[in-house]
Amino acid sequence: MGKKLVWLAVAGMLASFSLGLAQKTKLTIESWRNDDLKIWQDTILPAFMKKYPNIEVVFAPSAPTEYNAVLAAKLQAGTAGDLITCRPFDLSLELYKAKHLDSLNDLKGMDNYSEVAKAAWSTDDGKTTFCVPMAAVIHGFLYNKAIFKELGLTEPKTEAEFLAVLAKIKASGKYTPLVMGTKDQWESATMGYQNIGPTLWNGETGRKGLISGKAAYNKGGFLQAFEALAKWRPYLGNGYQAQAYPDSQNLFANGRGAIYPAGSWDIGTFRQMNPKLELGAFKPYTFGSGPCVIDDHPDIAMGLNSASKNKEAARTFLSWIASDEFAQLYANALPGFFPLANVKYTVSDPVAQQFLDWRKECQTTFRSSYQILSRNANPNNENDLWNASAQVLNGTFTPVQAANYVQSRLASWYAPQKGNK
Amino acid sequence: MNRKPFPTSTGAARPGLRFRWHILVFLAPAVLIYSVFMIYPLFNSLWLSLNNVHGEAKAFVGLQNYHTLFSAEQWAKPFWNALWNNLKFFVIHMLVQNPVGLLLAALLVSRIRGASIYRTLIFTPTILSVVIIGFIWKLILNPVWGVLNPIGINQPFLGLESTALPTLALISVWQNIGIPMMLFLAALIRIPEELMEASRVDGANAWTTFWRIQFPLILPTVGIVAVLTFVGNFNAFDLIYATQGALAGPNFASDILGTFFFRTFFGYQLQPGDPYMGATVAGVMLLVILVGVLVYLFTWQRRLQDIQF
Repeated sequence: MGKKLVWLAVAGMLASFSLGLAQKTKLTIESWRNDDLKIWQDTILPAFMKKYPNIEVVFAPSAPTEYNAVLAAKLQAGTAGDLITCRPFDLSLELYKAKHLDSLNDLKGMDNYSEVAKAAWSTDDGKTTFCVPMAAVIHGFLYNKAIFKELGLTEPKTEAEFLAVLAKIKASGKYTPLVMGTKDQWESATMGYQNIGPTLWNGETGRKGLISGKAAYNKGGFLQAFEALAKWRPYLGNGYQAQAYPDSQNLFANGRGAIYPAGSWDIGTFRQMNPKLELGAFKPYTFGSGPCVIDDHPDIAMGLNSASKNKEAARTFLSWIASDEFAQLYANALPGFFPLANVKYTVSDPVAQQFLDWRKECQTTFRSSYQILSRNANPNNENDLWNASAQVLNGTFTPVQAANYVQSRLASWYAPQKGNK
Repeated sequence: MNRKPFPTSTGAARPGLRFRWHILVFLAPAVLIYSVFMIYPLFNSLWLSLNNVHGEAKAFVGLQNYHTLFSAEQWAKPFWNALWNNLKFFVIHMLVQNPVGLLLAALLVSRIRGASIYRTLIFTPTILSVVIIGFIWKLILNPVWGVLNPIGINQPFLGLESTALPTLALISVWQNIGIPMMLFLAALIRIPEELMEASRVDGANAWTTFWRIQFPLILPTVGIVAVLTFVGNFNAFDLIYATQGALAGPNFASDILGTFFFRTFFGYQLQPGDPYMGATVAGVMLLVILVGVLVYLFTWQRRLQDIQF
């Protein structure tokens, strides 16, 4: 036993000695994406280490449901890795406020990101950014090309065209026109309201208006979005009130429905569920004139642990995350998750590439309730939007009732909205 | 009333008698485990409900949280909605689960053919996981997949405000009916054969025998089943969470105290958790259950004792 310990000690000393000779810095990444372990180990990290042979990077994920708690405990104990994968909005903002994350304003490559891309990982005033944005998901519509061909339909561009296409599919009687249910509620808000809404409330102008108090959910574009959503009602499938998200996915993947209000992450799911499905995509339709705006929702980023001992190497890695090389690798390894840097990259999945191209054609924004407005426990703006959107589709709320419900509950606690009841 | 099952304690006061250590030794495990895992957390949770965040730090606020829960509109409305729904949930159990459970037990005790097979089959759902129950019923009751369409049932029962809660209650009844059935069955079996025989000799038919002989003798079990149902229903959470999610939709039509507590304490999606208000909701749940059990103890149980002794 004693002998073994001595040998271990000697071996350890030798190991650290040889490491010292090679001058290799070791970085550890904390993440909740344990699904992506293989992608990081086999694709992304080797590419980085080839370029920077002096830095060794280890991807050390924990379970998604445990990540927040595990990370908090590790940061408290000072044992967290050098690089921290950042959840969007308040969770990471709390970490920055608790001085666990460094400001990254002066990081090389940070100017590759737009204001919208950085917003999820910036302070409320937008002056300090503390994580490098990695990927976003984009909303739009997926459709079954075979059904469109059979019924002689073309991709709709305006609301009128969209409703006409739905009416034709309904008239044919063979397929569910619009594949979405209201049982799980979130699709109604996320794939419905927040999908077609940004064009109506003028994207960032409207979203920031809500935060400053200049816009309200029961006025202008935000109200119109509820009205536009209500028009979907006749085209949802039989018993859509009991249809949950997996039901919708199955219906569409099996070719029983024509149009699916989607998030880009669904692309990968459908490719896996039914590789033979002829997948097409069109962007959120417009309402007469005016530019299109898409929901380009930030989802994942990476920050620098303030307690890291290898900040130089960590910053090198973060700059690389902002590069076109990383974007190209990441986008193709995870189709449907789009790197946020304004660099050139292409995606091999044609439908995913289509989603990506919308960024060039349209303005971008993200879900109206995610920044600041959902900080209150009760009433909670995001939960209210789920409930109101689902009820509009269920026909238990008129659009005006839904808008007033959401607005009055927001105004009940959020100071800048107090006057807008 | 004048039975004396144990010797009275007149002997304990007599000097010179040795302290009975073995009583402590035998009590210790139960007392320790209950204190550490039940009583301490219970009081800790109650204490939490008397605190809230004041500025940055935690501070004692007295009954302020309870006041907020009952008076502030954004708390009172969902709370009363959850309590009212919970009451409906309980009433459906009392009206369906327990009478049907009694009926099944009465049928099984009458030695019908294949009684043991029925007994096993009816009890099976009880031992299945709630997640499986919720998943299966979600599929069966989903018009999208149309399992029940051939027999004319194609309504989205779980998706309509008017039907979601009764449907869930009936699913819960279907799952749990084995428990009252077993308890009633055990009680019915215990009834001495002589009493049954005497009633037959007196010319009573099965109906009269049941209401005049069997039912009065299993009254204590009826009370126990009622109180078990009450406590189980007002603590219920899992089935609703598994089938409807934490938002207990549509429009909180299936929200009961358990799901309301879960959302409040742990938060949901972007909704941050609020341990103080969550503990307050838990405190009220405890109170509701306590009142229910006390009512049982002081009315039903006491009257039964009067009858028995």
